[in-house]
Amino acid sequence: MPDLIINIGYLLASVLFILGLKGLTHPRTAVRGNLLGATGMFIAVIITLANHNIVSFEVIIAGLILGAIVGGTLAVKIQMTDMPELVALFNGFGGIASVLVAGAALIEATLGTGAPLAQVTIAIAASAIIGAVTFWGSLVAFGKLRGLISENAVLFSGQQVINTLLALIALGLSIGVIADPSNFLLYGLLVLVASVLGILLVIPIGGADMPVVVALLNSYSGLAAAATGFVLSNNVLIITGSLVGASGIILTQIMCKAMNRSLTNVLFGVLAPVGGGGATADDVYAGRVKSSSPEEVALLFDAARRVAIVPGYGMAVSQAQHPVASLAALLQERGIEVEYAIHPVAGRMPGHMNVLLAEADVPYESLKSMEDINPSFDQVDIALVLGANDVVNPLARTDPSSPIAGMPIIDVDKARTVVIIKRSLSPGFAGIPNPLFALDNSLMLFGDGKKMVLDMISSLKEN
Amino acid sequence: MDLLIAGITIFVLAIFVGFEIITKIPPTLHTPLMSGSNAISGITVVGALLSAGSQHTMLTTTLGFLAVVFATINVVGGFLVTNRMLAMFKKKS
Repeated sequence: MPDLIINIGYLLASVLFILGLKGLTHPRTAVRGNLLGATGMFIAVIITLANHNIVSFEVIIAGLILGAIVGGTLAVKIQMTDMPELVALFNGFGGIASVLVAGAALIEATLGTGAPLAQVTIAIAASAIIGAVTFWGSLVAFGKLRGLISENAVLFSGQQVINTLLALIALGLSIGVIADPSNFLLYGLLVLVASVLGILLVIPIGGADMPVVVALLNSYSGLAAAATGFVLSNNVLIITGSLVGASGIILTQIMCKAMNRSLTNVLFGVLAPVGGGGATADDVYAGRVKSSSPEEVALLFDAARRVAIVPGYGMAVSQAQHPVASLAALLQERGIEVEYAIHPVAGRMPGHMNVLLAEADVPYESLKSMEDINPSFDQVDIALVLGANDVVNPLARTDPSSPIAGMPIIDVDKARTVVIIKRSLSPGFAGIPNPLFALDNSLMLFGDGKKMVLDMISSLKEN
Repeated sequence: MDLLIAGITIFVLAIFVGFEIITKIPPTLHTPLMSGSNAISGITVVGALLSAGSQHTMLTTTLGFLAVVFATINVVGGFLVTNRMLAMFKKKS
């Protein structure tokens, strides 16, 4: 097939990717958008198979079948609560594919007569670095989300010095690869150093900052594809990679803004440990925390007209999304207005809560963003906080010395009554007590999220 | 050199297109956005197919094969799981 047709096919695929992303701007058109993207990918693959450089199909078909089986199984089997770890894993696979393709391209480039162009070897080095950092960074993120390695920030002294050194070594090895492409050992070392860097960059980041990391790695996986596009001088890779790179960066920015922290602070800074100025848990909670029961809370709903449910990571952990949706439906039957107030960094990835609630058949119209619902929170009769902590901590507004000072929060404390379902008074990732739990209008329901909601439902049905 | 400049031009313009579109995507769809954009970043499969099929050396074919496997997991898994999620958003409307 002539190059002209191949390139037109790639252009068509690129257009379909852009239209596909555009479809994602509304839930109504999103399924079609995803299909357009998949069609674009199908066209790109078919067109590539028609390339005259491909002489054998056995290896390709084996690879495609194996990949499709593994990917398909993962996609069908995964639970919605585990979505962040699956996305982290897929990000990583995109990264390692770039490393492998760039490695093969390096070998092919040295086979021909004459030295490969510098622009190709530069792009090969870039693919190796970005791809390896993405792969190992994503594996660490996966391990943290899955609970295989400590979700807490793993810190050791001199971390940043080591990272800087590794980055410099990677840069030096890149220059080596560019100067002497036929020395494959240099490429191997480059991948190795970038892999260690990828691990060390993600290991110090704590669980609550995972939405930022997953979004950033998403961006990297796109940039890795774009770098591979420069290796192969292939526009569809460059276009697609930059689209994904841009998407990941925007999500990263949104997440950082939602925590009132800069990206550098998330990646390299650690939330200041409590001590000195901050009030201790005893000061804040002593004698003021009121514990309640599901039965009592069920009675409160009788007088309520507007209820806001505020989910957090705890809802995902206890798999409480279905009972929560049933509770909301029950309340709505009684003429109560029910909305969900969703903080941008609730959960472990952007939009995590929305997906869980969608799984439980909650219509997306009732999912309200923080900005939309905050101004009217003083008209909410009952705010039901489920497994969220730092994102509803009023200290962010009131205490400028707090580690979360200035972070936008959901103003649940303005509701007439706040019911907080939580296992204990233990602090969130910020490590600080939450005065919300001790407010006059707060009631604590200590226990597992799912069980508490189910108990509330049965009490409601009894009376 | 011309090819490189053309590549960089496309890269920069596509980033702008990406910014314009992505900023319009509502927070509700951020997870499907990530998995969906992740699936299309599996476009590296194109490069992987070329390496796996052109049979320069045993090593390039092996690297290509592995790349095809990883990129295909990314593509197939990404699109399917995105479709699964989006179907949940759709069914109530």
